[in-house]
Amino acid sequence: MSEARNTSISQSSGRALPAADLARTVVFAAFIAVLGLFPGFYLGGAAVPIVLQNTGPLLAGSILGARRGGAAVLLFLALVALGLPLLSGGRGGLAVFAGPSGGFLIGYVFSAVVVGLIVQRATPRPGLLVLLLANVAGVAVDYLVGIPYWAAFTGDLRVAAIQSLVFVPGDAAKLVLVSLVAAAVHRAVPTVPAASPRTAED
Amino acid sequence: MTPLGLYQPGTSVLHRAAAGHKFLALLALAVLIFVVHSPVWLGVTALAVTLGYPVARVSPRRCLQLVRLLVPVLGLVFAAQWWLVGFDSAAVVCLRLLVTLGAANLFTLTTRVDDLVTAVERGLRPTRRFGVRPERLGLLVGLTLQAVAALSMIAGQTREAQRARSAERSLPAFAVPFLIRTLRHADELGEALAARGVDDD
Repeated sequence: MSEARNTSISQSSGRALPAADLARTVVFAAFIAVLGLFPGFYLGGAAVPIVLQNTGPLLAGSILGARRGGAAVLLFLALVALGLPLLSGGRGGLAVFAGPSGGFLIGYVFSAVVVGLIVQRATPRPGLLVLLLANVAGVAVDYLVGIPYWAAFTGDLRVAAIQSLVFVPGDAAKLVLVSLVAAAVHRAVPTVPAASPRTAED
Repeated sequence: MTPLGLYQPGTSVLHRAAAGHKFLALLALAVLIFVVHSPVWLGVTALAVTLGYPVARVSPRRCLQLVRLLVPVLGLVFAAQWWLVGFDSAAVVCLRLLVTLGAANLFTLTTRVDDLVTAVERGLRPTRRFGVRPERLGLLVGLTLQAVAALSMIAGQTREAQRARSAERSLPAFAVPFLIRTLRHADELGEALAARGVDDD
């Protein structure tokens, strides 16, 4: 079982994306977009709805792994850049990459790749601890890209870092949620990291 | 291609300019504003970008939307920057933001997604020798938009099921089934694509 999965992951590093990989990448890019269509989620007793879209890249890495997860986020961002209003709040176009949060958007790709790289190492499937670790790293990578990017506008790395602190509590809560959800999905769909559903059924 | 999109139809000079050229102009502008440090010249650039909006005959409603989006961001950044660094720096940062956001938004408003896809496919053609297949971008865009429609429906159904279980306020009660159904949808799409020979072309 785990051997079949390992071979299918290595096979997917070939030149062309097999159809199953392509489909998962495309559908997950759409999944991230759909997260943005939701008006926001009232969590627990909270009065303020939380935006779910930035959990998308973490989930992509946690569930699809580095290659397909990263590709899904890249595809999603490409659609946004082309001018489709898929970012939460109906935003889109090149302008979203220019603002203070532009670097954090670009960082999503690296975030998904790093999360995927860590999650893939866990066999036979990642537990909650590995997922938590992976997602902490994923969020950290996003900051590593986002803060210097914003600093290019403000001209001061320290100022940019201080201004970015407002995101930390929300991101911390979200990465725990993502880990819980991803662990449940891995438990429910044991074939998740496999490239092709056929190998799992055989 | 799709009614979804931020493009606003029109016949102005900015609409008629080739997507590739507009993109290069946008890049040049981005470089320019990081080289220029004088608030006066940045102000002139910001004014020039603003004048692009009447030139492109962007509807007042769209302009108002943009203003409503920009004012809180700029206000917040200005306040934080003024407090942490100083007034001059706050002015420069906000003018830079105004130029990049304004110009990038103008680009999106005046460029059809279709044209942009074609321009990107053409622009990335040299990457083909590294194994990239830019001509697939159009296919990917179309497939993803179809998947967005399919997943929106699935999300709605999952939400209803969640409500029926009166677990409305639990995020995992929504996210876990939604993700599982998303993966199932991906498997179906993968089989459909394989049946049409997408992976061996």
